[in-house]
Amino acid sequence: MRKPLTLRVLSSLDSKGWLALGIFLALALILVPVLNLAVPEDSAFHMSAYAITLIGKIMCYALVAVAMDLIWGYGGILSLGHGLFFALGGYAFGMYLMRQAGSDAGALPAFMIFLDWKELPWFWLGSDSFVWVILLVVVVPALVAFVFGYFAFRSRIKGVYFSIITQALTYAAMLLFFRNETGFGGNNGFTDFRLVLEHSITSPQTRLVLFGLTAIMLAATLVFSRWLVTSKFGRVLTAIRDSESRMMFIGYNPLWYKLFIWVVSAVLCGIAGALYVPQVGIINPSEMSPANSIEIAIWVAVGGRATLIGPVIGAFVVNLAKSWFTVSFPEYWLFFLGLLFIVVTLMLPQGLVGLWKKLMLKKGVAA
Amino acid sequence: MNALNTTAEALLDDRPSGSDGADQMGHLVTGELDLSHGVALYLDDITVSFDGFRALNKLNLTIDAGELRCIIGPNGAGKTTMMDVITGKTRPDSGSAFFGQTMDLTRLTEPEIAHAGIGRKFQKPTIFENHSVFENLELAMKTDKRVWKSLLAWLAADERDRIAETLRLIRLDKEADRPAGLLSHGQKQWLEIGMLLMQEPKLLLLDEPVAGMTDDETMRTAELFVSLAGKHSLVVVEHDMAFIEKLGGKVTVLHEGSVLAEGNLATVQNDPRVIEVYLGR
Repeated sequence: MRKPLTLRVLSSLDSKGWLALGIFLALALILVPVLNLAVPEDSAFHMSAYAITLIGKIMCYALVAVAMDLIWGYGGILSLGHGLFFALGGYAFGMYLMRQAGSDAGALPAFMIFLDWKELPWFWLGSDSFVWVILLVVVVPALVAFVFGYFAFRSRIKGVYFSIITQALTYAAMLLFFRNETGFGGNNGFTDFRLVLEHSITSPQTRLVLFGLTAIMLAATLVFSRWLVTSKFGRVLTAIRDSESRMMFIGYNPLWYKLFIWVVSAVLCGIAGALYVPQVGIINPSEMSPANSIEIAIWVAVGGRATLIGPVIGAFVVNLAKSWFTVSFPEYWLFFLGLLFIVVTLMLPQGLVGLWKKLMLKKGVAA
Repeated sequence: MNALNTTAEALLDDRPSGSDGADQMGHLVTGELDLSHGVALYLDDITVSFDGFRALNKLNLTIDAGELRCIIGPNGAGKTTMMDVITGKTRPDSGSAFFGQTMDLTRLTEPEIAHAGIGRKFQKPTIFENHSVFENLELAMKTDKRVWKSLLAWLAADERDRIAETLRLIRLDKEADRPAGLLSHGQKQWLEIGMLLMQEPKLLLLDEPVAGMTDDETMRTAELFVSLAGKHSLVVVEHDMAFIEKLGGKVTVLHEGSVLAEGNLATVQNDPRVIEVYLGR
């Protein structure tokens, strides 16, 4: 008997995994709104708008980290340009927000008026439609990833060469987006959003809805990714990672396997970017800077590659440390980040999850 | 996720559908495998040079359908390069290579050649160390190997039976769930032979299959290969003369990229040219 696909997806997580996911969603969808709206502001248990935005933002990063884990941890392909796909998703959704921010329907975004443009460039057509923009959020990163990945993987570009090319790709895109003529607001990018789907973007309710959507998306991505890596596809992918030429002699064509996971990863980044922009309120070309993409790899390395949950932990640990450091000792943050990367690479090749497993094993032996 | 699905499907449409890739790759393969004239593999005047060094020099070799052929020769004789040419890893500078009557191996990619029915076992055991023994066999099993099928793949009962049967044959049924990396060297060799069998190839290329095996394991391997001949064609590269004697088939001696001698083991061993090559002048 073939097991139906829905059942297979459900059984890709064990009961403990589902329990953890359920607790996470209950916290995000019930406890956080209660602490924010129902608990009075002077109470110690009140959750501030700042905290919600911060955690919402980090959940977007965690989503990117899971996407990175699929391609790096399971596919063995280190991308140092994933910030590009994140930014593309963010810009796509930002277009919609800019149209909603205009003084009346059909008005040009403020930066275009400032540049004395008379009409929308062709690629802005349809950007006032929420559905069209959601489509763009998925399709644009997918298309860019597909075209780039097809030629890179077909030419059998691997390892550090691939990483360097992805780095160059995001850098080139950043330079392109810095130009006013490109039509995406130049170095200021998009900001001063007012409405999303006719609701005020700064109202507590909108903020909580965005927060909840991000939590749901993160949970759904974890389930989807777990199913993906436990399917035969996942086993083929890790086998290609470990010995690509052997897989070719068995009859698998690595090109399509790599391209598939590459495009999936890019789309997840695009969705994360689209959720990030309305919560943070700004998107500009610095999101495509090479340093940002390298940081994504650090989250994954810190949490533990090829574990899925590790990158989520890594994204939270590094970013919470970052928001504390940049307030308390702003000048030392980059030193700390560099140190963290060196320590993890040298002492914790399996990241925090690997450390945890090792400790549990030791405890088990001692007991 | 729908947009994604269509992208993936578009990706996959490049390769034909159905469970038997070889038959349906008509636009890529110049016809189906045709063994009707009794020839499985036909290499004609193959030359391969690396930076002026001729690894293969006008090599001619014909393997009959169902034949078990042993290939011997000193280091650097071109044995591995010959296998690289047959499996599509290396393109010859000149000459032609046909699988059956119609399939031009010099025009196909590695996965296409694998689908067409040529399986290869490497000199150094290359198994997937992080995957379990069972999963190694599952990955090798003859089936539709495109992305979409792998995403939805679910082992049917008869496929599980086939894997179990192969596990018993290679005597690894007790190790099925262990990571393959933990096996002994001899067991890894057997696992790789098992993976080769799961592919159901018509032609098996075996590069030093008994290296690192005990005498007992070596003899069992010989018995297995002899039982496979007839239904499959086998090309075995080996140095172990006791093993070759046990296999019993025709022996080809390669030297400096071309065939030096051919015949049964006793004839070849008494050939003065072969003795000279092996013992030095």
